[in-house]
Amino acid sequence: MSGSCGRIPPPFPDNEDQEAESDTRVLDSDEDDDDDDEGEDIFTGARSNPITPTSAPDEGDIFSEEGSYIRSDVHHATNGLHSDEEELDLFTEATVELTLTNTTSQGRREITGPTASACNTTQVPNSILKPSIVTKTTEELEEEESGDQFELNIAVTNPEKIGDGMNAYMSYKVSTQTTLPMFLNKTFSVRRRFSDFLGLYEKISAKHSLLGCIIPPPPQKSVVGMTKVKVGKEDSSSAEFVEKRRAALERYLQRVVAHPSLLQDPDVREFLERDELLRAVNTQTLSGPGLLKMINRASDAVNKMTIKMNESDNWFESKLQEVENEEQLLRRLHAAVDSLVNHRKELCSNTAVFSKSVAMLGSVEENSALSRALSQLAEVEDKMEQLHQQQAFNDFFILAELLADYIRLLGAVRCCFEQRMKVWQRLQEAQSTLQKKREAEAKLLWANKPEKLQQAKDDINEVKLSTANDKHNTWESKVSQYERDFERVTCTVRKEVLRFEKEKARDFKQHIVKYLESLLHTQHRLVKCWEAFLPEAKAIA
Amino acid sequence: VQFGAFQHSCSNKIYLLLVRSVSVDLNNDASLVIDIPDALCERDKVKFTVHTKTTLSSFQKPEFSVPRQHEEFIWLHDTIVETEEYAGLIIPPAPPKPDFEGPREKMHKLGEGESSMTKEEYAKMKQELEAEYLAVFKKTVQVHEVFLQRFSSHPIFRKDRNFQIFLEYDQDLSVRRKNAKEMFGGFFKNMVKSADEVLISGVKEVDEFFEQEKTFLLDYSSKIKDATAKAEKMTRSHKNVADDYNHISGALNSTAADNNTAFKKHLEKYAEVFEKLRKLEDRVASDQELKLTELLRYYTRDIQAAKDLLYRRARALADNENSNKALDKARLKGKDIAQAEENQKQCLQKFDKLSESGKKELTSFKARRVVAFRKNLIEMTELEIKHAKVRRLKCCVYHYMFTRQCSGSHGKPGNLREF
Repeated sequence: MSGSCGRIPPPFPDNEDQEAESDTRVLDSDEDDDDDDEGEDIFTGARSNPITPTSAPDEGDIFSEEGSYIRSDVHHATNGLHSDEEELDLFTEATVELTLTNTTSQGRREITGPTASACNTTQVPNSILKPSIVTKTTEELEEEESGDQFELNIAVTNPEKIGDGMNAYMSYKVSTQTTLPMFLNKTFSVRRRFSDFLGLYEKISAKHSLLGCIIPPPPQKSVVGMTKVKVGKEDSSSAEFVEKRRAALERYLQRVVAHPSLLQDPDVREFLERDELLRAVNTQTLSGPGLLKMINRASDAVNKMTIKMNESDNWFESKLQEVENEEQLLRRLHAAVDSLVNHRKELCSNTAVFSKSVAMLGSVEENSALSRALSQLAEVEDKMEQLHQQQAFNDFFILAELLADYIRLLGAVRCCFEQRMKVWQRLQEAQSTLQKKREAEAKLLWANKPEKLQQAKDDINEVKLSTANDKHNTWESKVSQYERDFERVTCTVRKEVLRFEKEKARDFKQHIVKYLESLLHTQHRLVKCWEAFLPEAKAIA
Repeated sequence: VQFGAFQHSCSNKIYLLLVRSVSVDLNNDASLVIDIPDALCERDKVKFTVHTKTTLSSFQKPEFSVPRQHEEFIWLHDTIVETEEYAGLIIPPAPPKPDFEGPREKMHKLGEGESSMTKEEYAKMKQELEAEYLAVFKKTVQVHEVFLQRFSSHPIFRKDRNFQIFLEYDQDLSVRRKNAKEMFGGFFKNMVKSADEVLISGVKEVDEFFEQEKTFLLDYSSKIKDATAKAEKMTRSHKNVADDYNHISGALNSTAADNNTAFKKHLEKYAEVFEKLRKLEDRVASDQELKLTELLRYYTRDIQAAKDLLYRRARALADNENSNKALDKARLKGKDIAQAEENQKQCLQKFDKLSESGKKELTSFKARRVVAFRKNLIEMTELEIKHAKVRRLKCCVYHYMFTRQCSGSHGKPGNLREF
């Protein structure tokens, strides 16, 4: 509009810029136009290390394999502007800490999963990162010493459809890399199908849940999703489904092996190592609505128990309340993130449509420079679309799935509390039985009926003729056994909950960090796109 | 440098005061400089302060301001359109009515939900509401200002008596509300317009320039209308994403007050992140709207004004041809020749005048359009770059914060190898 030029929108009066928090001040200070300077210094500084990125995955690093199909659909090649080069520079210029990472041994249990290569398949050659790795190694060693003493990395990759029609199924490659002595090899892989994972859950659950462990729930069954795959629909939604499932299975296994006692379980080892597994049957109830029903029943049971528990329960009572509140919160968050994903997808398609429209406009435009600029704008918007799609992917896999997982995990936590309740109830019942029998004995004592008295005594002790030494059959011993059980379960649950909370905090933080990384990447590409367009706009005459 | 100020009296009334100091390069000619430095919004009525600085002797004072409402702008537009001697000029399109429907709905919700919200939620919503009002406000002020500046920068329009009255007359112009007859008349005018569209495509064009213009404008008109609609959808999506970030941030902040876990503190930190993301997304959306969508909207209207010129010329051409035919008929019949001759002469004169000034107008229109696109595309790009850099920086800083801070669990410095 002629005559209406030069208008930069006013900086929005930002009240919270006056926050006194020290760590956020650095963030708020850049609300204004001064931002650019800071941005310039860090990100567009001189490129001292011209780097040619290699796109081949590292040899021997099983975790950078092709992975899912959807990634190759979603991810597009570079925008032809040597953006990769710039991206690397972004991080070599920035603080050294940020550029860390081992490309060989992951060193940590958490694998980055789909998001690792979701953004860019470009791999940074080790040579660049070596300097920073040196500084990090000592820190990592410290971390190793303080916490996790072992190394075990799992990846679930290469989904393959086996068979045809309704009997078809997806087979996944489960690869393990470990230094633990209990395994036969250091690196190995097997193929598993979904029902195998469910079978594993069944076995673990049967053994460990009674002890009060929090058993990670397996991914949900999906009839609709699987049917599409079986029927052979080769569209993006079934590819998305397969990727979603693959990632979920990977996370599931990672959580299982993250649990110290589950890792020791021979069934888990067998699952990872053994070439052929017995086909798990009756897994219908163990996922999807079946599992959910179980979990819901558990919480109902807990709620219905109006039995008063005593002293140390305050911790348990308030914890349970906390868990329930948190579940509500996560559900709410999940809904919001779901909405974000959908709107981002909408933005993606609207941008694509707009891009075409601008291209049409450009083709009609009679001024040649403006026409060219408009077609360039159409291309920029096209790239925007790709970025939006990528971001939607990240929104989903980094945030939405995390939340979904934890909603189900919290359900598992509630199950665990229920277990403890059950044990306590059993103890209560035994105690009350013992009490009754003692009262009966006492009555008989007063009634002075020696024969019956003896009978009552026997009753309490329930000494079986053949097993006089078998203390376990007496009610007294039963009660003491159950008391011990209850103590143990209480202790386990407590430990488990604390461990879970630590995991959860770490998990969330890692995911937020990953999300920030993905955003960082997207924004960087955005900057490059628009910077490339600017001269075109300026060239309009 | 511009800045906006906002006053909020009570939940039922909103006073909006926008005060800006605008750079002078808007008006090329210092002899007549117009701007809208502030505006007051009370409920649905917007009162623009039209400020004029002039060296022209035709005005009473060298500097003055008058308050004007939207209807008075429309009056000016309609008056100019109806002025016969401007038939050969592109009439600057009328500014659209200020549309505060969106923010007003929000304000309603705010008022209703006040009791059920926490103090923080209420304050936050209020702030968002203010930002929305401000955005709509900026848009409408800009479009009204540009409208006037089109007149002031045009050699012929700037001398128009009605325009001067609009600028100077310090009383209410008492613009009557359109009564039924006028509304109906307006409707009829639109019907005639579409008939003109048929006419314009049907008439045999003699002039190469106008032939090309006709083809170009008809094609361009539909394409730019389409682009505008798609841009609007895209901007709306951006706003939806910003909204979602807002909900996420709100949810993260909603852990119970009595919850003292470390995790809660984490969540609050994350809420901060999403709040920042929301702000940035919002800014991207509104800048895109202001620079791109508004540009497209404006030129959709301007193209229409150019097309109107072509219609008028086409009508004049048709009249001209008819007058020629009438003259021939008169000559044949041998009566009323003088009258027919006079008529024909006038029609030809009118047509020539229209063609001549039309050509000039359309040529300068091209130049104006190119300049405007250039300016807005550059500004939009620069803003996009700026916002993306800020977002990038913020993500980087938060990333650093979260990975450096060892709050209990050792934060693993993120896996950035893929970069």
